[in-house]
Amino acid sequence: MAVDKEPKGEGGLEIHPMDQFAIKPLFGDGDLGILTITNSTMWMALVLAAVSALLILGMRGRALVPTRIQSVAELLYGFVRQMVTDVLGEEGIKFFPYIFTLFVFILFSNILGLLPYSFTVTSHIAITGVLALVIFCTVIVIGFMKNGLGFLKLFWIEAAPLPLRPVLAAIEVISFFVRPLSHSIRLAGNMMAGHAVLKVFAAFVPALSIFGILPLAMMVAVTGLEVLVAVVQAYIFAILTCIYLKDALHPSH
Amino acid sequence: MEVEAAALMGKYIGAGLAAIAMGGAGVGVGHVVGNYLSGALRNPAAAKEQTAMLFLGIAFAEALGIFGFLISMLLMFAV
Repeated sequence: MAVDKEPKGEGGLEIHPMDQFAIKPLFGDGDLGILTITNSTMWMALVLAAVSALLILGMRGRALVPTRIQSVAELLYGFVRQMVTDVLGEEGIKFFPYIFTLFVFILFSNILGLLPYSFTVTSHIAITGVLALVIFCTVIVIGFMKNGLGFLKLFWIEAAPLPLRPVLAAIEVISFFVRPLSHSIRLAGNMMAGHAVLKVFAAFVPALSIFGILPLAMMVAVTGLEVLVAVVQAYIFAILTCIYLKDALHPSH
Repeated sequence: MEVEAAALMGKYIGAGLAAIAMGGAGVGVGHVVGNYLSGALRNPAAAKEQTAMLFLGIAFAEALGIFGFLISMLLMFAV
């Protein structure tokens, strides 16, 4: 989430917990333009480099008995492929590259964001919002291309009794249009909340002197939880993409 | 000045009230996982295939709480 112009030290905390989400230009103090290199774009580039390094170096050997790095790359590929075929079936395999890209990008930016002094790319709604909007538009375009006006059957539930159907249709339409919002806010909110909690606990450590060991231990535990959340949120984002795409392919429930 | 102070107070009280939504999300997630666990203990063979549904349920239950958290954050830092 974009938080600009933070009042420093408000609320008695030495380091403001939301400072870590501020977007700053890397070079100089100029205004932010479209092409300014900021800490956000730098970490996005690092995520890209890490993903490329894993997949290119991992698959260079193509050994029958995989090396360690190759087995990680294969595990990632197999996991996402299994997820796509489970939800979309064999015909959905043409969406596999897209979903694999999404999953790996979000997973790596979540995990790289856990490093101290790093910047979590996915904690900004500007970024997750674009990802979710692209998926939303893809679903609409593919839904109408594949099914024509039959795509609107998604909102007309034939299993329900007739008098109820208009009511259900209204609810379905609302829930359909809220999807990009909830899809993006879920990821950004989770990442932001976890990091803000870590910083709030960090502020307790120097304040309590010798008893600061208690919030410190708590922070270690929360960091462990954050690793889990980072992986689970990437998984949830990818599987929700699959489920939304399934609506486009088979709109009649 | 009085009005400004009252507005500031209202802002922070509103942020606190919006954060209550996270409690609801906690109850919801606990409900999902608890029911999954009790189902999984009755029929462990079928449990593995339903983990995707488990995470989906968690995600949907959590999203509403995150909305409240977002409102709280907006009130604190953006308004």
